[in-house]
Amino acid sequence: MKILVCISKVPDTTAKIAFTDNNTAFDTNGVSFIINPYDEWYALVRGLEIKEAQGGSVTVLNVGEADNDPTIRKALAIGADDAVRININPKDAQQAAKQIAHYASENGFDMVLCGKETIDYNGSQVAGMVAAFLDQPFISNAIKLDMDGNTAKIERDIQGGKEVLEVNTPFVLSAAKGMAEARIPNMRGIMAARTKPLNVVEPTAFDDTTEVLSYELPPAKGDCKMVSADNPAELLELLRNEAKII
Amino acid sequence: MSILVYSNAVNNKIHKSAHEAVSYAAQLAEKTSDSVTAIVVGEVSDADSLGKFGANKVLHSKNEKLNDFQPSLIAQLIQAAAEAEGAKTIVFIHDLVGKSIAPVLSARMGAGLVSGAVDLPKIDGDGSIKKAVFSGKAYAHVKVNTAAKVISVMPNSLEKKEFNVDATIESFDADLGDAKISVKEQKMESTDLPLTEAEKVVSAGRGLKGPENWGMIEELAKELGAATACSRPVSDMDWRPHHEHVGQTGVAIRPNLYIAVGISGAIQHLAGVNQSKVIVVINTDPEAPFFKSADYGIVGDAFEVVPKLVEAAKSMNLSDN
Ligand SMILES: Cc1cc2nc3c(=O)[nH]c(=O)nc-3n(C[C@H](O)[C@H](O)[C@H](O)COP(=O)(O)OP(=O)(O)OC[C@H]3O[C@@H](n4cnc5c(N)ncnc54)[C@H](O)[C@@H]3O)c2cc1C
Ligand SMILES: Nc1ncnc2c1ncn2[C@@H]1O[C@H](COP(=O)(O)O)[C@@H](O)[C@H]1O
Repeated sequence: MKILVCISKVPDTTAKIAFTDNNTAFDTNGVSFIINPYDEWYALVRGLEIKEAQGGSVTVLNVGEADNDPTIRKALAIGADDAVRININPKDAQQAAKQIAHYASENGFDMVLCGKETIDYNGSQVAGMVAAFLDQPFISNAIKLDMDGNTAKIERDIQGGKEVLEVNTPFVLSAAKGMAEARIPNMRGIMAARTKPLNVVEPTAFDDTTEVLSYELPPAKGDCKMVSADNPAELLELLRNEAKII
Repeated sequence: MSILVYSNAVNNKIHKSAHEAVSYAAQLAEKTSDSVTAIVVGEVSDADSLGKFGANKVLHSKNEKLNDFQPSLIAQLIQAAAEAEGAKTIVFIHDLVGKSIAPVLSARMGAGLVSGAVDLPKIDGDGSIKKAVFSGKAYAHVKVNTAAKVISVMPNSLEKKEFNVDATIESFDADLGDAKISVKEQKMESTDLPLTEAEKVVSAGRGLKGPENWGMIEELAKELGAATACSRPVSDMDWRPHHEHVGQTGVAIRPNLYIAVGISGAIQHLAGVNQSKVIVVINTDPEAPFFKSADYGIVGDAFEVVPKLVEAAKSMNLSDN
């Protein structure tokens, strides 16, 4: 199996969310960055498990600029064979997807694995767009992936339950919790990652379809109204008469 | 021109998310003087209910290739409908269905996609659309630079206004590619109230000490007509099923009421629940960070407070609303 795993770089889950330049840019001051958890914990690790069981290769791909390299190296340390960075800071999901699809169609993969969403822009966009550009089936929010020859048996989350389906390669999938257990890179992996190939390729021309004009923080919550533990019934009265939600 | 809305149906009935999507489109159409066309797929017994929320026309497709969920083929069908209707704006709900189809459609059409919209486009201003980012910790105002737009709307974000239009229903079909996905089985959860659709949620964390103590949480949920949820460690330890895990790495929800019992309020937990309209926190520790994000709080022992709440709820007879 020739597997492509798309990884994006996002702020650490505990990062303070603030904006600069008149609220037009995310304030990266003091923020540390990680591989998007869905990409690392689920898409990458499941890709590696499939490769380990059946042979093949796992390539990780990131669309971004050179400051993403340390994040990409971490994916190599976890076990990917090689990495590709497409050298452009994508302004929107379609731009990123176009670059990924272009690389994937030139190089031919049995499957493209993405995360279900990035935890910063929460798009849930790129994977489905890659599928459309490649004209391949798209399976979103997958929680299990098993290969039997060229047929994938996939379980995915649906409203109110789960669905089991089959699809032949090639396909594009977005991964959610359940696909694998996160792996922590060991010393050998970290050493090996230093010499694994990280190829930089130049982007193809493609215009952005959307742009962020500005950001805004939600208004701070007012004070929390305290109710005495001796009389919890008062809480229900407040929820009914003041908040009017029960 | 018309605004096209993908309307999902479950068990032959229009899903409430479709009513929400149509109502969003109708509120937008009021400002842009467009009409609203909804598109539904498969056997549906109540397609006319879409008129109540503002659909002027319903396109109904019974193409058998769509019997199994095929995002790529549904996107083809919707694209054909958009061309037939001259629609430049296509609306989805940002749930598991919308997340599967909207990006495929947007790339096929070369149309900009705004996912997780929480408001109508600013028609009188710069046209931008407000969407949730950073797991609800911020908003972005996004402008679409293409003539066609795809908008997927965050569930429960706009009032579901009624318009009471008499919708005309037409059958619709298009030439679709091959169905490549074959669905083998669906495993539905036994609960009648899926967490993501619940308007009220009672959630509990490690403060409850063990799975044997969830009886009172379930009872309180039942009295309030709420669904149950939990923090991540609770589902990791298998005290509760995984589908109840809310937060950054679990399900993100935005109910009208979220009651958190014995949950500290870690930032990753908040990421999945901070868009709830009203948050109630019950915790023994007055310093628990969750109180900072709460509207109402009780500092107290869950094992004393929750049973009293159950009693009070019973005497108020709340479960029917
Ligand atoms: C990358 C990453 C992703 C994560 N994603 C998630 C996620 O999606 N969802 C999530 O929930 N967590 C997530 N976490 C974990 C998160 O950081 C917290 O560890 C977790 O939310 C804590 O769960 P808790 O509040 O149940 O437990 P604790 O933090 O142990 O809190 C228990 C609380 O119960 C209170 N308590 C104790 N006894 C009682 C009593 N008798 N009555 C009332 N209150 C009592 C205590 O005062 C305390 O506040 C993530 C962490 C990381 C690093
Ligand atoms: N810049 C990028 N480079 C590589 N993959 C990406 C990039 N952005 C997003 N992805 C992939 O697409 C998934 C969904 O991203 P999003 O549409 O932004 O929520 C992520 O989990 C990644 O797998």
